[in-house]
Amino acid sequence: MRSFNTKSKKTEPPQPPRWAQRLLAWYCRPSILEDLQGDLNEYFERNLTMKGPRKARWIYCLDVLKFFRPYTIRKPDFINLFIHWIMLGSYLKTSRRSLVRNKLFSFINIVGLAVSMSVGLLVISFVADILAYDDFHEKRDRIYRVITTFKTPEQPPVDLASTSVKVGQRIRKSVPGIDALTILRNGFGGDATVGETTVPLGGHWADASFFKVFTFPLLEGNPATALKDPYSLVLTEKTAKKLFGDVDPLGKTVRLDTLNYTVTGLMKDVPKLSHIQFEALASFSTAEAQFTRKDPNFYGWDNIWQNYVYMVLPVQTKPESVLQALNTFTKQENSGLVNRTVSVSLQPLKEASLGPKLHNAIGPTMVPIVIWVLSGLALVIILSACFNYTNLSIARSLRRSREVGVRKIIGALKSHVLGQFMAESVIIALMALIVSFGLFLFLRTQFLALDPFINNLVSLEVSGWVILYYILLAILVGLLAGFLPALFFSRIKPIQVLRDVSALKVFRRVTLRKTLIIIQYGLSLIFITTTLIGYAQYRSFLTFDLGFTTDNILNINLKGNKGAVLANELSQIPGVVEVSKSQLITSLGSMGGTTMKYKDSQDSALVWHNMVDEHYLPIHKHKLLAGTNFTRHPKKGEEESEVIVNEQVIRRFNIAKRNPQKALGEQVVVDKKKLTIVGVLKDFHYGTMEKQIEPVMFRYFTDQLGGYLNVKVATTDLPATMANIEEVWRKLDKIHPMEAKFYDDQIEEAYQQFAIMIKVIGFVAFLAICIAFLGLLGMVVFMTETRLKEISIRKVLGASEGGLVYLLSKSFLNLLLLAAFVALPATCLFFDQVVLVNFAYHQPIRVNELVISVLVVMLPAFLMIVSQTLNAARKNPAKVLKSD
Amino acid sequence: MKGTNLGEFEELVLLTIAALINDAYSVAICDELEKHTGRAAKLGVVHAVLNRLEEKGFVKSHLGDATSARGGKRKRYYEVTHAGKVVLIKAKEVRESLWNSIPGFNLEGSL
Repeated sequence: MRSFNTKSKKTEPPQPPRWAQRLLAWYCRPSILEDLQGDLNEYFERNLTMKGPRKARWIYCLDVLKFFRPYTIRKPDFINLFIHWIMLGSYLKTSRRSLVRNKLFSFINIVGLAVSMSVGLLVISFVADILAYDDFHEKRDRIYRVITTFKTPEQPPVDLASTSVKVGQRIRKSVPGIDALTILRNGFGGDATVGETTVPLGGHWADASFFKVFTFPLLEGNPATALKDPYSLVLTEKTAKKLFGDVDPLGKTVRLDTLNYTVTGLMKDVPKLSHIQFEALASFSTAEAQFTRKDPNFYGWDNIWQNYVYMVLPVQTKPESVLQALNTFTKQENSGLVNRTVSVSLQPLKEASLGPKLHNAIGPTMVPIVIWVLSGLALVIILSACFNYTNLSIARSLRRSREVGVRKIIGALKSHVLGQFMAESVIIALMALIVSFGLFLFLRTQFLALDPFINNLVSLEVSGWVILYYILLAILVGLLAGFLPALFFSRIKPIQVLRDVSALKVFRRVTLRKTLIIIQYGLSLIFITTTLIGYAQYRSFLTFDLGFTTDNILNINLKGNKGAVLANELSQIPGVVEVSKSQLITSLGSMGGTTMKYKDSQDSALVWHNMVDEHYLPIHKHKLLAGTNFTRHPKKGEEESEVIVNEQVIRRFNIAKRNPQKALGEQVVVDKKKLTIVGVLKDFHYGTMEKQIEPVMFRYFTDQLGGYLNVKVATTDLPATMANIEEVWRKLDKIHPMEAKFYDDQIEEAYQQFAIMIKVIGFVAFLAICIAFLGLLGMVVFMTETRLKEISIRKVLGASEGGLVYLLSKSFLNLLLLAAFVALPATCLFFDQVVLVNFAYHQPIRVNELVISVLVVMLPAFLMIVSQTLNAARKNPAKVLKSD
Repeated sequence: MKGTNLGEFEELVLLTIAALINDAYSVAICDELEKHTGRAAKLGVVHAVLNRLEEKGFVKSHLGDATSARGGKRKRYYEVTHAGKVVLIKAKEVRESLWNSIPGFNLEGSL
């Protein structure tokens, strides 16, 4: 029938679409099918001559869909389903037997599926957690946040999660019909003292409607008034326990630095999956009382760096209606700003945790791309394991074709066989799920330990819904993996199979299987090269010559302590060579800058800066091209008069025709102060490797609070020196634990995101290689088994072992080579054109990374192929041929 | 009650089947209807009506012989049953008696 159709196709006029014909035959009740088909054919032929083939096909399809009506639909075949039910026991029995009989193949299938699915489970848990963010708020679908875009003519616009207090106040005053609105300010905190106990505390200032917008249940206190009066404080349960123990904290006093706060509320701990995290809330009126006097711009339209505005819209109200009002007074307010604009928009609460990257985020944010990438990686791994199952099942079909033949002769329909094999693969997938769950529990601890950020972000708890998704995943994987083999088995013709098994065209789908192997190995190669190239780049970042030295420098966070005293004490310790002060640690990604002007008062530019003292340059071995270290050491900021700049500054302002020697003594204006250039530094890396070297200046560290001490250590007994340093710290600061890190370690931390990425991709690469290897092993074993007789005969006729190995392994090796030829250039191109261009300073891709990755992937495969084929070639032909 | 009623379109289809005598199959019925009424008769609608008429027992059908046209599919020919004839005649009588009760000038005046 089919052959007739395919032959006649070439000569006959166009046919109606095949799928539509099939669909019709599938749903239509047999009694009216023929007549309906005829009618549609007649109309099709008519349309063919009148409207052309394309339109005719289109009308045919539409008609097929239109005829899907109650009176045309075939009644469901209950008997068929019933037979499935009766036969279930038989299916299970045969499936179990075939699993036990082919231990190697079963092992490959189950382990492959289990390993891949464990990654799937991890991703499901991760995504479920991210999507569950902020779900505990009752009004979550109606809460919106005001976000801000800050534009200046010089720099690209900055998107901020924070906004101004003014926006909140204006919305409250002039936009009617908003259920509730709350203003938050970050940065509240300090050392809280109650009696003898002192605990560092962190949180936000929030106004009285905070609890109207968000659902944070209060255990004690009135939610409507708790945050109303100045110096009110709401504590979480955990914090209250730390401060007060078991005493009821309500109404008690907490001392923060120099101010007394009254505890007006006790709330349940903030759930982990909340994008706002805090230990305590102080009333916003406190902030107003504290800051309005000091900062005249507290309510300014452009004071957008620390405040957050959230509002609840009434049911049915669209954010667009509020946005319109926002736009009108944005225009009014912006007319009062010079040289910059501040525009605001609304963002739904859900996007606060999973949405675009915004600066000044109040809590953890996940960019959607990360979720897509993770899901993509899991999908690739799972598909790879499914390929194995498909491959091996079809390859092994010889063994089970007799069973199918017998079933069909007894009366099984195509759909029965299809159902049987689909059910079998689903059962195997469910078995694999059990194994993979164990693997997942292990993976979870590893994943959470990767980085504190991940640990704070998600909990990966296993809940009822998530388990349902796991099972769904397993069923889906089973169906996906089993579909092709089931289809293959269901099409077996029983008579042919029972008469002569070899008539079965097992090798007909060889191209499909070869393609699958190439894809698997290609992907493995891509992953492993990505890992290796990434690792090489990462290493190069760590060992990069920054233009100064970081060896044996211990950076101690001062945490607001006076640096001079501590520096003095520390330099007494044996093993400490020299101590310097700096406002920030360069090359780690933290930056600070101000505008600088030279002679032209119209020409200003942003120059990154660091405040350092006179010991800083020698300790870090910065190279001075001209001039000296700071000559004056003022105690107060007003007395500051000197600056040391790098080459980029001279180039930017064209100072003294870019001659470092002549630039000395020139004056620049920074922060309205005239500073004299006393030194010119050779360029060094102030930012991370993504950034080009930009203009940087060093200013003298005067009386600012905070910053770091840089301690140059030279000792043979590091633990003792460290203990001494810690002791000095504890004498001066009894509250905060010392936070000291070696510079080199800090640089490693700064690039930790790369380390994490490399670990994740490396792990995926490892899994991909394992799964591909297992699949290849299965194929090789199968191939040599089926060709054992051929091998024996060849051997009898005089073939050498080497020749046989070559014969058997040739096709597989070709596949691997082909995979390498596709994957390697693709990866190199991708890295060269897409990834590495983001890094201003990077290593070129080296050949040995590619060679290593090829070796890692190919060598085990190669050894396995050779050992398996050699094994087959060494078999005694007499024994093999005797049994037949 | 609904089972024996004859809708307006059903009546038209039934009449068409009677008019086509031995050549009444779905596509031909559609064409004939289009010719007489001047409005497009959709196959889907006609098919559904034929199915309903058969359910009500006004028509019966049989499959014709296979030909090379229509992709080798047979046609289903319809003919009006006795019940169908009765219901047609009854419908005609109802109309005629109504027509007869209208005084001639009354209708002409409104035209």
